[in-house]
Amino acid sequence: MMDALDHPLVTRRRFLGAGGALVVSFSLGPRVGAAQSAFVRPGDLNDARYLDAWIRIDAEGRISVFTGKAELGQGIRTALIQLAAEELDVAPDSIHLVTADTGLTPNEGYTAGSRSIVDSGTAIRNAAAQVRDLLVAAAAARWQLPPARLKAENGAVVSDDGRTLQYGELVASTQLHVVAQPQSNLKKPVFSRVMGKSLARVDIPAKVTGGAAYVQDLRLPKMLHARVVRPPGPGANLLDVDSGAVTKMPGVVKVIRDGSFLAVAAVGEFQAIQAMRALAEAARWNERPTLPRAGSVPTFILNFRAEDHTVRDTRTSSVRAGRALEATYTRPYQCHASIGPSCAVALFDKGSITVWTHTQGVYPDRAAIAQMLRLPLDKVRCIHMEGAGCYGHNGADDAAADTALIARALPGRPVRLEWMREQEHAWEPYGPAMITKIRATLEDSGSISDWNYELWSNTHLTRPGSAGALLPAQSLAQPFAPDEQHVEITPEGTADRNSVPIYTIPNQHIVWHFLREMPLRTSALRALGAYMNVFSIESFMDELAHAAGADPVQFRLRHLRDERAREVITTAAKAFGWSGSALPRNHGRGFAFARYKNLAAYCAVAIDVEIERETGRARMTRAVAAVDSGEIVNPDGIRNQTEGGILQSMSWTLFEAVTFDDTRVTSIDWSTYPVLRFSSVPDRVEVHLVPRPGRPFLGVGEAAQGPTAAALANAIANATGKRLRDIPFTPDRVRAAMGVL
Amino acid sequence: MNGNRRAVNVARVALVVGAGCVVSACRSDIRPIEPAATRTFPESLVRRGAVLAAIGDCQQCHTVPGGSAFAGGLPLQTPFGTIYSTNITPDVETGIGDWSQQALIRAMREGVDQEGEHLYPAFPYDHFTLITDEDGEALYAYLMTREPVHAVAPRNDLRFPFNIRQGLAIWKRLYLRKGPYQPDTSQSDEWNRGAYLAQGLGHCGACHTPRNALGAEERQHEFAGGEAEGWTAYALDRTSPAPVSWNVESMLAYLRRGWHAEHGVASGPMQSVTSDLASVPESDLHAIATYVVSRMGEGPPEGKPSSNGGAGGASQMRQGANGEQPLGAAVYDGACASCHDGTRPLPFGGIELGLSTAVNAPDPRNLINLVLHGLPAEEAEARPIMPGFAGTMSDGQLTALLQYVRERFATGPAWRDLDKYIKEARDQAREKEVS
Amino acid sequence: MTVTLNVNGRTRTVAADPRTPLLYVLRNDLRLNGAKFGCGLGQCGACTVVIDGEAVFSCVTPILLLEGRQITTVEGLGTLERPGALQRAFIEKQAAQCGYCIPGMMMRAHALLLKRPNATRDEIRKALEPNLCRCCTHMRILDAVARAGELMREARGEDQGT
Ligand code: FES
Ligand code: FES
Repeated sequence: MMDALDHPLVTRRRFLGAGGALVVSFSLGPRVGAAQSAFVRPGDLNDARYLDAWIRIDAEGRISVFTGKAELGQGIRTALIQLAAEELDVAPDSIHLVTADTGLTPNEGYTAGSRSIVDSGTAIRNAAAQVRDLLVAAAAARWQLPPARLKAENGAVVSDDGRTLQYGELVASTQLHVVAQPQSNLKKPVFSRVMGKSLARVDIPAKVTGGAAYVQDLRLPKMLHARVVRPPGPGANLLDVDSGAVTKMPGVVKVIRDGSFLAVAAVGEFQAIQAMRALAEAARWNERPTLPRAGSVPTFILNFRAEDHTVRDTRTSSVRAGRALEATYTRPYQCHASIGPSCAVALFDKGSITVWTHTQGVYPDRAAIAQMLRLPLDKVRCIHMEGAGCYGHNGADDAAADTALIARALPGRPVRLEWMREQEHAWEPYGPAMITKIRATLEDSGSISDWNYELWSNTHLTRPGSAGALLPAQSLAQPFAPDEQHVEITPEGTADRNSVPIYTIPNQHIVWHFLREMPLRTSALRALGAYMNVFSIESFMDELAHAAGADPVQFRLRHLRDERAREVITTAAKAFGWSGSALPRNHGRGFAFARYKNLAAYCAVAIDVEIERETGRARMTRAVAAVDSGEIVNPDGIRNQTEGGILQSMSWTLFEAVTFDDTRVTSIDWSTYPVLRFSSVPDRVEVHLVPRPGRPFLGVGEAAQGPTAAALANAIANATGKRLRDIPFTPDRVRAAMGVL
Repeated sequence: MNGNRRAVNVARVALVVGAGCVVSACRSDIRPIEPAATRTFPESLVRRGAVLAAIGDCQQCHTVPGGSAFAGGLPLQTPFGTIYSTNITPDVETGIGDWSQQALIRAMREGVDQEGEHLYPAFPYDHFTLITDEDGEALYAYLMTREPVHAVAPRNDLRFPFNIRQGLAIWKRLYLRKGPYQPDTSQSDEWNRGAYLAQGLGHCGACHTPRNALGAEERQHEFAGGEAEGWTAYALDRTSPAPVSWNVESMLAYLRRGWHAEHGVASGPMQSVTSDLASVPESDLHAIATYVVSRMGEGPPEGKPSSNGGAGGASQMRQGANGEQPLGAAVYDGACASCHDGTRPLPFGGIELGLSTAVNAPDPRNLINLVLHGLPAEEAEARPIMPGFAGTMSDGQLTALLQYVRERFATGPAWRDLDKYIKEARDQAREKEVS
Repeated sequence: MTVTLNVNGRTRTVAADPRTPLLYVLRNDLRLNGAKFGCGLGQCGACTVVIDGEAVFSCVTPILLLEGRQITTVEGLGTLERPGALQRAFIEKQAAQCGYCIPGMMMRAHALLLKRPNATRDEIRKALEPNLCRCCTHMRILDAVARAGELMREARGEDQGT
């Protein structure tokens, strides 16, 4: 009996097997570029164009909604159900949502970049509206009434003369395998019943009562437990391993070795752990010093060879005179550090493999795993199941690949692999260390007349797409090389995300010094470069405001035309009670603002800090944020995400840095990589939403990361008179800056 | 913090007072001065004061965990009542903001406050009395440049007759041997510097020297081992129980970082001492290490302990026939081995128990504390974390574990009175939770 | 070898090496999902369960220590159909993002509220210190535990009118 996950398999069988179901064919066509299409359809409807790729209804009226996006703890499941329920005019709990599964759902790429509602939500909402209209049209045809006299209501179509047809009764005569129209007849916000309301998260009840909620909880019949043995450091190769004794340990089924990839599978989980430890002791590695000798200020990356890319250049020759200011900011490598280490389950059977994984992208992961196993795409199926929050590209894909390799060696037996804590901390791809440098000129009038911005960074995207991105694939006897990184300057940006200031400043020059050399693997960590770029820009805006003798909030408004930006700033300032009044000693207030990616949600954050002089401990006592994310699907969901983002960014900014010596990563657990604990939690966090009914959705999940970091720096500067430019702001650094003896 | 030990001390002193009923004259009042906080001090002086304050571990006793630094109020529980540390911030009303330098130095040397009232020797003036004028000046400059905090420490809650301060005069007459430090000319300058710091401000003996019935340190047994807050402060003389002999280098590293690969991680009250010492210049620590190690001599025990298979851990779990395994060994395998198997280096991995002083100590007190309470996680500092087993191990299981660990990893004889020690440790934890 | 455990009021016999940490026995032998693996080192609290009223890390607790002891996991606080006070409070406050840390938080809170039914917000904060949440749902977790205390007091007939 499968404890978890009865839905995708059973559901699929039900749909394909049940008579009278409205499924004409399985309609996941190849992704079609917008250029090929006559029209641009909303969201990802433009790529997966058939309505029944998104919505299916069976003869009993059961509704299934399909999304290629994954629940990562951000509440996407609930918000997507709300959107579908709203437009289909049904109760939210009558919708069965199927998430990312290469066997069932549209290919929506990665669940990343705060794009789920924008891409998938928009698609589902429009598809639902079109399905509803088709059902109404079917009823109209049956009753021979003009559609205007009918309406959809609670899973049925009703006529103004009192007749009713359930959706289930209409599906047989409704064709949903049709290409979506570019325009949908969306409900007017004033008629919303579930959208814009704080519908309780559908996943929380199971999670607080011990329901099977995560891939970690998946137990398949005859499942084995596996563990990998990773090298001691990134530059180490496996010389040899005498696994004889290990294979005789209780429960051990197999030791798997391929090049430097080493793993063991056993019947019991603790047996697998014991065997892993014994195997680690039996393994001999050659370790090479491949890491830079450095402290946690990552200035060593300036020694790497850089490839320069211009992000923006609006310089004209007529630069006016004024005061020149300059500052350099740094950020170390930082961890995603999920609370639950990466985990996957895989079953290799009759030449095909199914992998249950908490990857952010089932389709790209499938492609990479297929290439690694040298299997055709259609022999690999990746099914998303939740893991612990990931905040970007962590070990999920690598663990899926590990598990696939182990399962291939044990055909017919499901294999569950979980990483150990030390493996998660040491081997996940980190948020890259970065350095930024800003030079700007402040005119006597108090306006900024030019702006030079440079950033040094590795890529923030080493996500799979090909096998070389998978950690174990790099260490096989026939290894796959990591993918070549290409820099592309896009509106959304990666390392350069938010490197263009949103403020009205003439003469901008923005350069990304792209670093190809990469001693530690890096990839997407929540907000990518926006965290560092917003931290830098918004710290520097305060430095400029200070130089201009202006209030920091006023100074920002002075350089800002975007009305929505201005409103978010004034909303936050007002709710916070922003003023220039004097504060008690060692107390400070700070403000920062950004529009995420300069095209998604607007977020302003104001913060109170208190500094304990003797220890240098900076405590954020209160945070107040204002957010404009376009039309709101679930207000409490946005608040939850933003509160979490503020606290997480605070933890990154005050505490976190990956440490290493020249051969090994040394921050490999919670004692060596300390993060926020309850003692540092603020007294109060408030999130105020600026409602924008009828406006497009703006991704919001990562919007607080940058502003919080800068608001903290600004508040600490306000409290101490000293500016901290190197993340993290540890007690030692704060004390040193204050000159406390 | 040394709270308990000092508290016992206080109680004993109070006893003397009660028995003797002798009233001794107080010292004279020293005039309050203008708030010192408004004055400035040369930076170099303050900097020196900071180092001295760290060596003296002043902040620990004078700060409530999570409270304002130096603002006092830390309770020291005694069977005769509670005393609270005082506010030593330069707040005029509630701190020492109107104390002159002279008054501070007198307090340190003679154990009287500004008004001339006797201070309880929970404030270790029997050590601080060695302080030089220059160091007193630097310490004064440091304290006067701290953040003034308005905070009134709760009134001491000592029952009659223990609340009569004048009786402390007797204690002082018996045990306070006033300074300054007298150098030993047969020793190097560095040794003398170390001795001055360790005996004086560092007040190592306050914990590491045994006390007599009246709560005074037995000077003739200096560094023979004492206790603090329910922890054993190991002997720092020739009887040191460390399985590997200390040398200047290892002592220096330990004092600086709070751990050494061959000795383990500082825990209990020593943890705060080493965390303060982290900011002290190496030269001072080297001097302290030189002095302390000289007191230990070349004495036994020699070399590495007999480590009968400390490493190996999980993979070498002895699979008893049909799981037949003595209880202690099974508990060790199940609860301890995965961290203490030696595969991960200190300070974040568990020490191989053969090297652990706690395991080799004459009494099991520290090991019991460690097993019960572990090394808890603390905010945002990279530091070793060890889970405690107070909630999972019964007294019987703990006893079996202790016996097993002692037998397997230590060279000394079996511990006695385990139940008594376990009960004490559990009672103390319970008291702490209630307070 | 078999070990007899009392979990959520039921006697369960498991065939496992007695040195096995409770966490794996709960998850794999008893198929209880509540306790989670987070670190296996006693550093994060994801595996927290309550034993005889004390919150403990099940990842470092060999089952051989537990014969005759009362073990409570999040499954013992109530069910999906009949959630207990803590569960209702966490749902009401929507105190989860990914939710992975939440059962551990709830069990530590459960131990606290057993001992101190009127725990203040400060006491809650202090008690939860051993448990980490990487989604940083801390504000809501504090709210939820405080709310659970209220619900429990209400159920006992105290706190009228709050
Ligand atoms: S899993 Fe047990 S404390 Fe982390
Ligand atoms: S809710 Fe995700 S770790 Fe706490």
